[in-house]
Amino acid sequence: MPRKFYYGDIPDAQGAGTNATSTNTSNEKDWPLWEVFIRSKQGLDHKHVGSLHAADAAMAIENARDVYTRRMEGISIWVVESKYVHASNPDDAGAFYEPANDKVYRHPTFYDLPDELSHM
Amino acid sequence: MHVEFLLHLADSALVLGHRNSEWCGHGPVLEQDIAITNISLDLIGQARNFYQYAAVLRNDGSTEDSLAYLRDVREFRNPLLVEQPNGDWAHTILRQFFMSNFQYELYRWLAAQEDEQLAAICNKALKEVTYHLRWSSEWVIRLGDGTEESKQRMLRAIDDLWTFTGELFTRVPYEPMDPAMFSNNYQQRITEIFTEATLPVPSDVYFQQGGKTGLHSEHLGFVLAEMQFMQRAYPGASW
Repeated sequence: MPRKFYYGDIPDAQGAGTNATSTNTSNEKDWPLWEVFIRSKQGLDHKHVGSLHAADAAMAIENARDVYTRRMEGISIWVVESKYVHASNPDDAGAFYEPANDKVYRHPTFYDLPDELSHM
Repeated sequence: MHVEFLLHLADSALVLGHRNSEWCGHGPVLEQDIAITNISLDLIGQARNFYQYAAVLRNDGSTEDSLAYLRDVREFRNPLLVEQPNGDWAHTILRQFFMSNFQYELYRWLAAQEDEQLAAICNKALKEVTYHLRWSSEWVIRLGDGTEESKQRMLRAIDDLWTFTGELFTRVPYEPMDPAMFSNNYQQRITEIFTEATLPVPSDVYFQQGGKTGLHSEHLGFVLAEMQFMQRAYPGASW
């Protein structure tokens, strides 16, 4: 089984448009991984739906069409090569997110809203 | 509308769809396995529409199923091209490119004719074929202008399949139009895509004929044996 790469940790040599010179022949023949984003309706945002392999962006969009829109899931496709997605490290979760836990004053819930105001 | 012409449209789509379906689970990569199977389903869906319409016009108790599963080789009206074996990916791609290229012109013309039922079917199918044409064109370019090996494989596929393309443009009695009228656009697209793929356009003019009038290669019998087995062995079986 070829190694599966996750977000952001794909070596440049495995990227699209590069000729991998690795001695690992199975990797040389592998197509790079792409992340797929689908917009289900006009006006909504593109949502991440999964990933796939493709040799280039055109093939990635067609593969996404064939793999991820077979059941009328969407009307627009974005693809981005996975190596260009950089992700936060789960090990940083404590330092990154926990400090927000005790800062409820950051939520706009301490204001008295006039009754006439709607759509808040 | 000539029922035999509808059967020709249906058989062409069904046999090519069945051939492509043989790739299911065997595609070169998961994404392309799904892509070729999607194309199969599009084609089999088109075949169903043509068969259903043919069954109505025949008005003799036949159904889409009886037309697909209970006719024998000599009654099939598909061109020889679509019954050719899958071979490697290059053969499958090129067969699809030739047929989608032709179907694109044919359906576009039929969609503008007076027969409203047939026009509606072709109008719907045209959207699918537009994608098949785009997908197969890109693969022809990718393989032709790819590695030394992929190019050799495309050249072999051209050698093997070119001789079956002339039949598409040879008129047979049941055709309501002379398909030669589609030849210019078809040839132009071949030249354009082959040039981009750095593949030579053959100048051979000897073409095999016969499928459209029921004289098939030995391959179709095997296709039907597999495809029709269940209905032949267990008549009327359903699930």
